[in-house]
This record gives sequence, structure tokens and C-alpha cells, in this order.
Amino acid sequence: MSTEITISHVARSFGGHTVLDNVTLTVQPGELLALLGPSGSGKTTLLRLIAGLDQPDRGNIIIGDFDATARKPKERGVGFVFQHYALFRHMTVFENIAFALRIRKTPKAEVKMRVEELLSLIQLETLAGRYPAQLSGGQRQRVALARALASQPRVLLLDEPFGALDAVVRRDLRRWLRQLHEVQKITTIFVTHDQEEAFDLADRVVIMNAGKICQEGTPIDIYQSPANVFVHEFLGESNQLPCHINGHAVQADAGFALGEANAPDGPARAFIRPHHVLPLLNQRGAWGISRIAATGAQARVSVTRNGTTLEAAMTADALLESGLGADMAVDVIFTGGTIFRPDGSGPVRLGALKPALAQLRK
Amino acid sequence: MVRITLIIAAMLFMALFLVFPLAVVFSEALSAGLGSYLSSIADPNVTSAIELTLIIAVIAVPANLIFGVCASWCIARFDFVGRNLLITLIDLPFSISPVIAGLLEVLLFGLNGLLGNWLSNNNIQIIFALPGMVIATIFVTFPFVAREVIPLAQEQGNDEEEAAVTLGASGLQIFWRVSLPKLRWGLFYGVLLCNARAMGEFGAVSVVSGKVFGETDTLSLAVESLYESYEIQAAFAVASLLAMLALVTLVLKSALEWWHREELHAVRRKKAA
Repeated sequence: MSTEITISHVARSFGGHTVLDNVTLTVQPGELLALLGPSGSGKTTLLRLIAGLDQPDRGNIIIGDFDATARKPKERGVGFVFQHYALFRHMTVFENIAFALRIRKTPKAEVKMRVEELLSLIQLETLAGRYPAQLSGGQRQRVALARALASQPRVLLLDEPFGALDAVVRRDLRRWLRQLHEVQKITTIFVTHDQEEAFDLADRVVIMNAGKICQEGTPIDIYQSPANVFVHEFLGESNQLPCHINGHAVQADAGFALGEANAPDGPARAFIRPHHVLPLLNQRGAWGISRIAATGAQARVSVTRNGTTLEAAMTADALLESGLGADMAVDVIFTGGTIFRPDGSGPVRLGALKPALAQLRK
Repeated sequence: MVRITLIIAAMLFMALFLVFPLAVVFSEALSAGLGSYLSSIADPNVTSAIELTLIIAVIAVPANLIFGVCASWCIARFDFVGRNLLITLIDLPFSISPVIAGLLEVLLFGLNGLLGNWLSNNNIQIIFALPGMVIATIFVTFPFVAREVIPLAQEQGNDEEEAAVTLGASGLQIFWRVSLPKLRWGLFYGVLLCNARAMGEFGAVSVVSGKVFGETDTLSLAVESLYESYEIQAAFAVASLLAMLALVTLVLKSALEWWHREELHAVRRKKAA
């Protein structure tokens, strides 16, 4: 029932500008896959190529057991949900959903049955007679999804499906889509630039930049071991420190120890996420707290030493418990991080120093 | 206070320049009683003018409609060399006096015109006949549908067509089920305006018609012919037909807006948001 998609060596350029550069990717049957990347990374172009809305300059796209590269969109069995919904404005919700069936000359009774089934799936039975302009953003998005599902596609493609919605609706719809996928198990690819959305929803995430795939893997794998500096930066903010490795000891160039890393000696850059920076009260500590800001459940603490400022993050509860306050002197412990070497060789995990760990356990 | 003054000024202006002349048309037309009003309209010369006017409109309006749809289709969907030139050219008939348009046609198709020799050798009469009047009308009404539809097509973009492609529609299906219906309001207004202008056109048609009363006179030309032969009441009776055409156009427009008010409101709300 579920369909595999194989994309091999696909390239596409527009007017001399390379948008996709030799992309190869396999999507497992029944998988929910996120294409994550900044705007201009080629993720939407890749989605359009799979749908047949655009043709690759080179490469093949195989959907299930046939080569779809030269096939027309309607032969591909693909459902597409557009970022701005693209609902037919002159048709009611019912007619929008029925469109794919009507052009396939489906018998009327069957159309009615199928559309009603989809209306109940998207929980909009009462709005069948409305026009798209009379619906809220979230409702329109659900209609767009039902419309794409009407012809029972083997593959579902979603372009920034929640991009134009506000935060609460987005979260609800995301959960609903996840549930829908659990039930239907259609191979699904969605494009997003929102890391949280991709990690929350997808089985597997593919990170793209400048027309290439940077990394693919489960959300946890990617977050724990980003393949390169781009991925690390894209997945959220971090403190970046030039450093030197000397016999596995990592020393920041600003003059303090960062931890240990299993890497050859030489210069490197350490990337440390705010939640891996842990300030501990110590009256003789070398660091000072320059700022504290609590934003709901999360708190942020800025610590400074000799002109170097680092951002630390913790829960608001942990902040209260720690007794930290403005202008206090502290020690700083690094509980994790990633080291990137200038030659571009694979990233190395930064481990906390043993004495620091011992201090933590106290 | 300012508001009331402005409203009164606008109303007075409307009354003076629109309502009053319209009232005069109808009162003059009916000045000799309903019987003579009806008999002046039933005059064979007048009925032939009505017929000619309808024939011209029936040819010119669909021609305009087809052209408007084609033009908006390519201007909204494709970026090609000469696209801006095309948009400018569409407006040309608005900036040229209709009389000049008629004259151009005489220079082209007339007996001493560029194509005159060839046409008369092949026994084709354009000037002083129906074809010339149709061409003149199409020229003058050229921009009406296109001007309404092009901005609409540009604003709506190509998303819905792409959606239809992914849903499996063929090119023709997309055109009939998506592209055309989504433009229908623009098309509709364009056709109404185009029709009103086609039936009321005077200048260009007057130059090419030869004005043979009862043969190549349209309604607006018949008004002039009758007036010049001092048949004032009959002239106003025919004029009242044209005035009624204008009123019917307005009523039709309002009625259609009212029938589709839900959809229209929804679209407007969306625009406002």
C-alpha cells in the first residue's frame, strides 16, 4: 500500500542559478519526512519536482515502482498542499474537495460519499457550503488537505503547511496531521523552515542548504550530532568560541577550559548551546552575571568574564533554586558542546571536565 | 456640516447632469402620447436600426470577450518580450478619438484606401456596410473586457491552476473549471460595459456607415438622422431606447451583485483583511 520515493542525482537551475545540486534521497514507504532548510535552500523546488509541477534538468524521480520523471502530474498519484492553500475561490468547500473526483468522472453518488467522508475526517461537515474566503486559515488548510486526499494519492506533499497560521492553530493542526498520518500511513513529505515543527512532526528530517542535502536522520540524531557548522547554527543559537585542542584538553582562546574532546591537537571552534552552559554560585568565581531574563518557563542568564559573554539557559525553576542573581560571581561549567575543526573534518563531541562533573555531583 | 454640504452638492450635480437629461429624453419621447411613441419605434427604418445595432453587438461583444480572455491569459501567465507594449496598446482605443478610428478604417478599406482596390476587385464591401461598422465597434470597445480582466488575473496569480494540475486536471479542464470561473466577475463587468458601448457607439460607426437611414443606421445614428429631419419626438423615442439600455445594464449589474452577494462579500472581506 505505502509507496517509496527514490530521488537520484536530481539537479535544477533557473536562469544559470543552481537551485538543486545533485540531490539524492530515498523516502521510506509510509514515512513522514521533513525537508528543513532556510528559504532559498531548494526544498520547495524539490517538492515541486516530485509533484511534477516542474521538470529536473538531470536525474530521476522514482515513485513506487515506476519512473515518474517524464510523467505528467496526474499520472504520479501525488497529492499536493500549497503554502497559501490555493483553494478554488469560486467553489464551495464541497466542490473544492470534489474537484479531483469530478474531473475523473466519478459517479455522483460516489463523489458525495467520498467528500462527506473527507469532510468528517477534517471535522468541517457543517461548512460544506461555504466559500474559501469565509473560512479561517486553519479551516482552509484542512480543506486543502482533504482536497489533496480525495483522489487517494500514494504520496502526500505539503509545502510549508503551517507557515501562514498563528502559533496555537499551528500546534493543533500539527498534532492532527500526525494523528492522520498514523491512521493513513501515506508516504508524506513536508517542507518547512521551522526546526521545531520539523522535529516535532517528522519521523526523519532532511536538512537542506544551497541546493544540497546537509544531513538526514532522526530528529534526535541530528540535534545530538549535527554534521557541520551550518546544521548546528540552523538548529538553534549557540555560544561560539575559538579554541585550541591540546592533548584532548580543549582550551578557549579567551583563557578558560571548555572540557575534553577526542580530537587531534590544533585550533578549532567550539559551539556550545545555552543549556550546556551552567553557572554555579561561587564567591571567588571568575565569571560575573551581567543579565537575567525569565521568559515564562525558560530563563536566560548572561555570564561575562574579561569581555567574553556567554548565554546560559535553564528552566525558571532551576534559576530560582540556584539562587543566582544579578552581579553575582559564579563559576561556569560546560556540560556539552560540539567541536568543529577548520579542515571541515567530522565534528567531535565536547565532554565536561571530570573535576567539573565532580563539582556538579556535590 | 461639511459632509452634508458635500452630499447635497454631489446630489445636485447628479440631478443636473444625469437625472434631468434622462427625464427630458423620456418626457419628449412621450410628448405626443404613448400611441405615437410606439408607432415611431415601430417605423421600419427604426426597427432596421435596432436590428443592425443588435447584430453589431452580437458580433463585437463575443469577439471582445475572446480577445480579453486571451490577452489576460498570456499577460498574467507568461513573461514575454513586448508584454508591456501589449498592455499599453490595449489602451490605445481609449486615447484615440472614435472619429479618427473611423477615418483610419476608411483610409485602409475605402475605395481609395490601401486595400480598397483589392477589396473592390474581389467584390468585398467593408466601408458603408456591416463589416466596417463591426470592425469600427470592435476597435472602439477593444479595451473594455481586457482592462477589467487583466488586473484581476494578475492579482489572482497562478496558484489555483497549479493546484488543479496536481489534482489531475488537463489544460482544457483547468481553463473551463478554474481559470475562466475565477475571472467571471471581471468578465461579466467587462461584457456589460462593452455591450453598452457597442450599442451606443456613435463617432467611429458614423464615419464608416455612410448613414443610409433604414440601411446602415444604428440606433445612435438613427437619433441623429431623425433629429436632422426635424422629427424631434421620434428622435427622442429612439433615444429613449438607448437610455433604457443604459438603465437595464445598471439593473443587471446590481441584480447580479445581489444574487452573488455572499461570495462577493467573502471576497471583499478577504481583500480587506
